[in-house]
Amino acid sequence: MKKSYQSLEVNSINNMKQVIHRKLGFNILHFCLIFLLAFSTSLSAQNGDAVAGKALFNANCASCHKLNKKMTGPALANVETRLAEDEGLDREWLYTWIKNSAGMVKSGDAYAVKIFEEYNGTAMTAFPQLTNVEIDNILAYTAAAPPAPPAPTPGEGGTANPQNDTNSNGLILGALALLFAILAGALFLVNRTLRNFAEAKGIEVPAKEKSKPLWKAFVDNQFLVLVTAILFLLASGYFVYGYFMQVGVNQGYEPVQEIHYSHRIHAGDNGIDCKYCHSSARVSKTSGIPSLNVCMNCHKSIYEVAPETQSEGMAEYGVDYNAEIKKLYKAVGWDDAEQKYTGETSPVKWTRIHNLPDFAYFNHSQHVSVAGVACQTCHGPVEEMEVMYQYAPLTMGWCINCHRETNVNVKDNNYYTKIHEELSKKYGVEKLTAAQMGGLECGKCHY
Amino acid sequence: MSSNKKYWKSVEELKDSSIVETLKQNEFVNEIPTDEFLGNKETLEGSSTTRRDFLKYVGFSTAAASLAACEGPVIKSIPYVVQPDSIIPGVANYYATSIADGFDFASVLVKTREGRPIKIENNNLAATDGGANARVNASVLGLYDSLRVQSPMKGESAISWSTLTSETTQKLNALKGSGKQIVLLTQTFASPSTSKLISEFKEKYGNVNHVIYDAVSESAALDAFQAKYNERGLADYDFSLAATIVGFGADFLGDWQGGGFDSGYSQGRVPTNGKMSRHIQFESNMSLAGANADKRVPLTPTQQKLALAKLHSLIVGGAFSGSLSPAIEKAVQDAASELRKAGSAGVVVTGIQDVNAQTVVLEINEALSSKAFNPKKPIRTRQGNDKAVTALVADMKAGRVGAIIMSGVNPLYTLPNASEFAEGLKNTDLSITFSMKVDETASATQYVAAAPHYLESWGDVEFKKGHYGLIQPTIRPLFDTKQFQEALLLWIGSDVKYSDYVKNVWNTSVLGGASFNQALHDGSFISKSSGDLIEDTTEVSEDEMVSPSGNAARALAASATSKGMELTLYTKVGMGDGQQANNPWLQEFPDPITRTSWDNYLTVSAADAKALELINEHEATGALNGSYADITVNGKTITVPVIIQPGQAKGSVGLALGYGKKAGLKEEMQTGVNAYALYNGFNNIQNVTVKKAAGLHEFACVQLQNTLMGRGDIVKETTLEIFNTKDKSHWNPVPMVSLNHEETPVTSPDVDLWDEFDRSIGHHFNLSIDLNACTGCGACVIACHAENNVPVVGKEEIRRSRDMHWLRIDRYYSSEESFEADDAKKEGFSGLFGDNGSLGGFGELEVAADNPQVAFQPVMCQHCNHAPCETVCPVAATSHGRQGQNHMAYNRCVGTRYCANNCPYKVRRFNWFLYAGNDEFDYHMNDDLGRMVLNPDVTVRSRGVMEKCSMCIQKTQKTILDAKRDGRVIKDGEFQTACSAACGSGAMVFGDINDKESKVAKLLKDDRMYHLLESVGTKPNVQYHTKVRNTKG
Repeated sequence: MKKSYQSLEVNSINNMKQVIHRKLGFNILHFCLIFLLAFSTSLSAQNGDAVAGKALFNANCASCHKLNKKMTGPALANVETRLAEDEGLDREWLYTWIKNSAGMVKSGDAYAVKIFEEYNGTAMTAFPQLTNVEIDNILAYTAAAPPAPPAPTPGEGGTANPQNDTNSNGLILGALALLFAILAGALFLVNRTLRNFAEAKGIEVPAKEKSKPLWKAFVDNQFLVLVTAILFLLASGYFVYGYFMQVGVNQGYEPVQEIHYSHRIHAGDNGIDCKYCHSSARVSKTSGIPSLNVCMNCHKSIYEVAPETQSEGMAEYGVDYNAEIKKLYKAVGWDDAEQKYTGETSPVKWTRIHNLPDFAYFNHSQHVSVAGVACQTCHGPVEEMEVMYQYAPLTMGWCINCHRETNVNVKDNNYYTKIHEELSKKYGVEKLTAAQMGGLECGKCHY
Repeated sequence: MSSNKKYWKSVEELKDSSIVETLKQNEFVNEIPTDEFLGNKETLEGSSTTRRDFLKYVGFSTAAASLAACEGPVIKSIPYVVQPDSIIPGVANYYATSIADGFDFASVLVKTREGRPIKIENNNLAATDGGANARVNASVLGLYDSLRVQSPMKGESAISWSTLTSETTQKLNALKGSGKQIVLLTQTFASPSTSKLISEFKEKYGNVNHVIYDAVSESAALDAFQAKYNERGLADYDFSLAATIVGFGADFLGDWQGGGFDSGYSQGRVPTNGKMSRHIQFESNMSLAGANADKRVPLTPTQQKLALAKLHSLIVGGAFSGSLSPAIEKAVQDAASELRKAGSAGVVVTGIQDVNAQTVVLEINEALSSKAFNPKKPIRTRQGNDKAVTALVADMKAGRVGAIIMSGVNPLYTLPNASEFAEGLKNTDLSITFSMKVDETASATQYVAAAPHYLESWGDVEFKKGHYGLIQPTIRPLFDTKQFQEALLLWIGSDVKYSDYVKNVWNTSVLGGASFNQALHDGSFISKSSGDLIEDTTEVSEDEMVSPSGNAARALAASATSKGMELTLYTKVGMGDGQQANNPWLQEFPDPITRTSWDNYLTVSAADAKALELINEHEATGALNGSYADITVNGKTITVPVIIQPGQAKGSVGLALGYGKKAGLKEEMQTGVNAYALYNGFNNIQNVTVKKAAGLHEFACVQLQNTLMGRGDIVKETTLEIFNTKDKSHWNPVPMVSLNHEETPVTSPDVDLWDEFDRSIGHHFNLSIDLNACTGCGACVIACHAENNVPVVGKEEIRRSRDMHWLRIDRYYSSEESFEADDAKKEGFSGLFGDNGSLGGFGELEVAADNPQVAFQPVMCQHCNHAPCETVCPVAATSHGRQGQNHMAYNRCVGTRYCANNCPYKVRRFNWFLYAGNDEFDYHMNDDLGRMVLNPDVTVRSRGVMEKCSMCIQKTQKTILDAKRDGRVIKDGEFQTACSAACGSGAMVFGDINDKESKVAKLLKDDRMYHLLESVGTKPNVQYHTKVRNTKG
């Protein structure tokens, strides 16, 4: 059990990384275009091809280095100039270092050893396959000045459209109102003209006879009163019943959490398997709120979201995702600048959304692992939820309905072989529902 | 017709008492104190709030409050920051460890949930003898005791460990050359590592004296063993190999010589191939062993000594000087002839704390060359030395002790001469107690070193020679505690952790190359080498022990002189030596014999009670009350309540140790009287004078009816002879009922009220209880308590028959000499009146015999297939599952209690109160710490609902789910209930009867199988197995 569990984890991490890189690569490509436009003149001064360098950088270096931020390795913007000015090291040194850093450390090169120790003795991967030209290209790319962060332009594009929409709606409504007003005016005019004609022809319009007011007629008819009263009582009974039946049912409960965690981004956009984070759903009765170390499996390297994601968050949900990641770092005690744990943690107090009462027993693993029920069956379209909410009513009737309708998943499960064969024969069906298997008995959930 | 009759309302009126007149004039004795709660009249009048306004506000706020209550609470969940690999929320982890608290020693398995230990179970991997008894099962609650010492203390104030170690090390160093002793007064650790550590401590400080003190002493047996075998220990017994067992005052199914003999005993008691062991017991108190014996001879301790000496002369030879009454003489001769016939399959044991008596027994067993007797692998779990303790008290008083460091002992409570010890304590320069509580001793010492619970500690035990157990923590220490051994390491200036120390000792001297991790996983290790692996430091020199006389039997007979009544001090299965007195589960645990909880009491025979005018009576509610008696031993008098005990030897009384503790206990737990005050010379037998005292004591007894009234179909039993020779229909007939005036077996579908449901598909659970194997020890009762969150209700509620135990062990006495005679007597009734009349006859049957037969019968919900409770529930809160369990949906129950009224077995329990978080019930469920023991898989019931045994449905559900997840078929033995898992004697077997190969399916077909009250036609899923007694003549 344990083994397969670990390997699943590893797979998921790999998936994660690919996803991230794709995204980052895309972003950087984007910046690059701006560069080319802005700095096309200065490019010629560099010794190497920054565009080719960028591709190489992304393929080989980006998993450990960023241009402007310390990660697993140092920030690499203007690395050549920095080394030359601070340490007096030339490009030759860099060639050797990149091709075989471990060898340099071993040979006792002062700066190599210093760097090696500064990064907790993590040796840089050797890249003997890179030619000097390629390295030149990479260095050219690192020497290109970092792009200015995109001006915060949320709202501009985003809000314009809705405004337009409302404008056009108003216009249509106004036109309609005008049309109706004209129609009403026309009717009134027609009516008056007809009256005038009648008067002119001497026809007398009969005066209306004063009849009993409607309410009085109603009150006089006792049968009608009785029926109405009964109907009224029944209706109010219906609504009162409805009101009381929803007490304690928290369908749609959508509390604000300490950290704004978007299932939409994680489960939806990134397609992370639910059970990657809620791993105990496989074996335990609880699905488990993931511990923060699980978040850090990815967020150690994902310290900010893509600019589009960020602007989308600001525009549509008013959430600064990057600030939320910072909250995670604070809670788990991660020093992003130093890339290490401080040990000062402040556990997150999540507000629990799905609360079953104590007397109801529910086991996730029964449904997830044994029955193979998709998480979405009970939790709804989580991959579309920006803020998690309670999708199902979680009432007993809701549980029971599903048990009545759902067939037991007996495929490749030796436990069920005998009982399913005998029971299905007894009930004369091909596939047994959970209810037929005994899933409606009180003691299965209440003890 | 007018009448002159005058009706008196009370006797007082007749007497023309003045009080009647006063009451007539003044109907309400007290005026209603309106002024008191209205307060100042002037301000009240000046207030602008009118009555109408007031009512408006009240109405509005009530409405607002009830509307607000419709809002659900906001529940916060806090996950781990870094989740430990081994913990998955919702999945239990198990760790093997051992308990070694000085009184109880056992290999156990600890169930932990989310890092909290919540239950103790038997460690089936440990091949060492002795399952977890009731106390061991309950010990987990001690971890969450709200009165634990939370940090080291100096006097009254808390200090840090560094302060404590630096201050004490300084003092110890100062004492090094002073010539004064440094004394380590400890419990029996039986720990190889601790022994080594103490010898290192001795080396460092020189004048160190290690005194081992067992509160309940086995010193006489140890001395006798050492004198004979040159090794300190207790002979090991395996009763499964014995065909004839003769006991002299030895409660070997209780705590005799450390206990743990019941599983072997039970194996021999189940008739296989027509054979079972024969057990003859000579004793004064009614003990568990006596209750299970085939023949029980009530003798006073003096008579026991003489009888033992006589048996010695008959088996081993030699003259017998003494006189025995003819009846006793015959009983002893019968026992001797049976023993001789059994030859090496015979065994004799004694609990008389007399070195000669113990020697005599060793000699008899040697003479028989008994197979059940094994002196080669002596038991190590008792090592205390009375003589050394006595000498220590004298030394302390004389000022010869410079420092005393105590661990696991509470001498100020357990010593009869506690005041002398207290005096001596004042004469010592340094006194330190390692304790979990501020108990009597801890509050009198300078330093209290906060000790961890065994579930937070490291350590090792040598249960018996070559049988080792490891102790490992199952939770990070809850408080700022350090164990004794860690402190020793600090004092000898070592920076080794004790866990590493133990590992090192094991790797070098215990394991002999085997894997430490494997041993830690198993919790136990049996050494293959025969020799002593570790130097035995527990042996004491000749002059430190009591040596048996050259002719032990003669000396024993000579010492047997009695003066008046004799008191036998014993330990109860529930309380033991009293160190778990603050454990509400154990306080509420009904004693298997008297069925009384929350008390200790003087057990008196009916004849003596009559002579002394001591009475037991039931109140109108059924609650038991009993006289008080003053008992005087050696000039010391204490007042104790009295219970009249059938089977108590005339001229003897019994009193349990372990009660009457005052310090470090909640008020509710301060029950009973301290019998240690009478434990002079560490002898469990004392001469005593008993005198009636004024007043009646209120007992919390859970069984009002002590006899079966001739209803042999409740506890079916037969003799081995009949069992072997007659057909089943003779001794275990199916009850017949009348259908159209024709006798029809109750099992016939024609007489059934209900239609049968087909249960042949899927699982169908059955619990089997073998009355032959059940010793009545009660481990299952506590296991059930722990597994199912059964609340503790307290003494007052028990008196109102509101105990909540889901599983009870009924104990019945025969009214005649045997249950068989009871049945015969009842059958012989004719008419209402006269000699054989049922009116008088049933009255007689209510009274237990002077030396009755005893039967134990565990009763829990019988999970009837045709359950009477289910048909009467108006809301269908209790219904039947197809797996055989009778379900109880608490959330559906409205508390009509019809089900309880309609249950023929009286196993349903009603929650009269909310027992959790209620100050009126200040037990473990009333504080956050105590609630940590609750099983998260079982609902904590609220007020007003019915509850009962669920056949541990949470456990069967889990087993099924695990199998489903693995996609495999369930093997026999996987299904367990808390009680069947806790049963060390194999009396309870649980399983699926649709699995035809399972043990329980085979037991269902066994000839001895019957159902409780089968004639009612309830078709229970709990089976009982007819008790077979090996009676003769």
